[in-house]
Amino acid sequence: MSGVPGDPLEGLPFARSRAVETFAELMFGPKRLEDLAKQARGETRKNFGRTMRLFAPLYLSNECVNSCQYCGFSKENPIRRVTLTPDEVESEAKYLAEQGFRNLLLVSGEHPREVPVSYLAQAVKRTVGLFPSVAIEVAPLATAEYREIVAAGAEGLVLYQESYDRAAYAEMHVSGPKRNFDERLGGPERGYAAGFRRIGLGVLVGLADWRRELVALAAHVSHMMKVGWRSQITLALPRLRPAAGGFQPRVAMSDRDFVRAICAFRIAFPQAGIVLSTREPAKLRDGLMELGVTMMSAGSETDPGGYTGVGKGRLHRTVRGREVALEAGEWEGAEATEQFEVSDGRSAEELSTVLRSRGLDPVWKDWDRAFAE
Amino acid sequence: MTSQVATQKGWRIGDRDFHSRLLLGTGKFPSVGAMQAALEASGAEIVTVALRRVDLTGRKDPQADMLKEIDPAKYLVLANTSGAMSAEEAVRLARLAVAAGLPKWIKLEIHPDPRYLLPDPIETLKATEILVKEGFTILPYIQADPVLAKRLEEVGAATVMPLGAPIGSNRGVETRAMIEIMIEQSQVPVIVDAGLGAPSHAAEAMEMGADGVLVNTAIAVAEDPAAMARAFRLGVEAGRMGYEAGLGPTQRTAMATSPLTGFLDE
Repeated sequence: MSGVPGDPLEGLPFARSRAVETFAELMFGPKRLEDLAKQARGETRKNFGRTMRLFAPLYLSNECVNSCQYCGFSKENPIRRVTLTPDEVESEAKYLAEQGFRNLLLVSGEHPREVPVSYLAQAVKRTVGLFPSVAIEVAPLATAEYREIVAAGAEGLVLYQESYDRAAYAEMHVSGPKRNFDERLGGPERGYAAGFRRIGLGVLVGLADWRRELVALAAHVSHMMKVGWRSQITLALPRLRPAAGGFQPRVAMSDRDFVRAICAFRIAFPQAGIVLSTREPAKLRDGLMELGVTMMSAGSETDPGGYTGVGKGRLHRTVRGREVALEAGEWEGAEATEQFEVSDGRSAEELSTVLRSRGLDPVWKDWDRAFAE
Repeated sequence: MTSQVATQKGWRIGDRDFHSRLLLGTGKFPSVGAMQAALEASGAEIVTVALRRVDLTGRKDPQADMLKEIDPAKYLVLANTSGAMSAEEAVRLARLAVAAGLPKWIKLEIHPDPRYLLPDPIETLKATEILVKEGFTILPYIQADPVLAKRLEEVGAATVMPLGAPIGSNRGVETRAMIEIMIEQSQVPVIVDAGLGAPSHAAEAMEMGADGVLVNTAIAVAEDPAAMARAFRLGVEAGRMGYEAGLGPTQRTAMATSPLTGFLDE
């Protein structure tokens, strides 16, 4: 594959496909970005119309047993932590519903004791009454565990591989269950088998050579579209943001390359959803609205209790995974630590105004749990 | 004297009469205003709304309800079950739609594949059978499959809605050969649904003798949706007018106006 060092699919259980070749050719070939953008806009309109689906993340817990170099929630980081109670989850959910959201993403660190599967199922149950569509973004689970979450009413599963490069993956994930590359890689298929209808794949840009990572992601998308033919596949390529721990991205990807990647994915996979979070700055997000992105978050907080302040009373610090109480005075106004700093801080209403001004209709509800009940 | 064909005949689906032969979908529009303007300009009497975008809880959630944007006095709202993957799901949704106050008319869409949105014939037949027995008027979205069309007719489908090409593809009547057979054999209206990307495609379907067409993407994503809706309206009317006027048969070679074997009669 020209323009990509080595074989990006080495060691991965994905076959090459026409779509993957198309992606690589558009991404690394001679075509002008402006031409790609025009074509991508046309494909987006044809397949998704002049609309944008909106969603919000709700962080349940920032407790984590993993030590990962790039993540603010890493066990090594002496941050303020908390796990929301089901009542607190509902308070946060109510706030987001009042903001207009009808599509919710429940996010959590990995902590089998603090955040067991039964807790996740409970969190889903407490939010499905407020949201026609609920998805989860948590550590990979077994098929039977995913079934529990689906039975509770969730329809979407988000599980980013972070990196498809085994060496970089091993280096980044220092300790904890997340070190198991293959268990994570098989998660989306187990989720599909368990009945999730919307499956989100992604790579965290900044951990390894992004050219190889993007081709691997394309191959994963292509693979899931065959294996999970009844599911809607979405993809994302979040770029690393500043977070606790101070990790510096190993490789940078320019805005220009990022935009090109969105366009290339759109053209190579015309029916895949593309998700863009508030990690990216407002100007870039606005520019990408028409070029391929189909789902955006807004007004996001990336700490548990970040929307309403719930859970503040139970904050604690962990030092190498061991819980220590906060020192006197440290409580004053303190909130749980966020996973990463949001770049686009605009509210849902502000983003909707921009969408409308660009001739895009914000869509809040595009699913109903009545379909799968 | 005005031409006879200018006063086009109405048509009937189930127990209702209609004039317009253009049905509109309501997804993918850049704004509610643009959608409403397009509906107006199209002259459509039947519009489809995805139940995915309707509030089915009965709370009339303004954030989650397309229905509030469509005047039920002006349009027959045809709920579609897009998103359903099985007969069981579609049947449940149809019942919920009625409970939410929608008419007992359903555009039955069962496509387990969310990419090409191709309809599942087996589940569609099953769901039609169940819903017809419950008194629903069912308009099923199907592959251009003449045998399936007859089977649906037998279990009481009010129309058949074969696809011209995959949804959103704008490729026109690619399934022409099969749709011709369906039009020839059908005793219920044949409405060509999906894939029509230009007014000429709609005219083509109507010239073939289709009873109506359903259009969404081509109008919704046009630079000027209302103007495109008007163009489709004219395309549909022109095509129908051509069909009713009686098109000449198409020939592969030129026909001599003076017969070559005329000497035999001399």
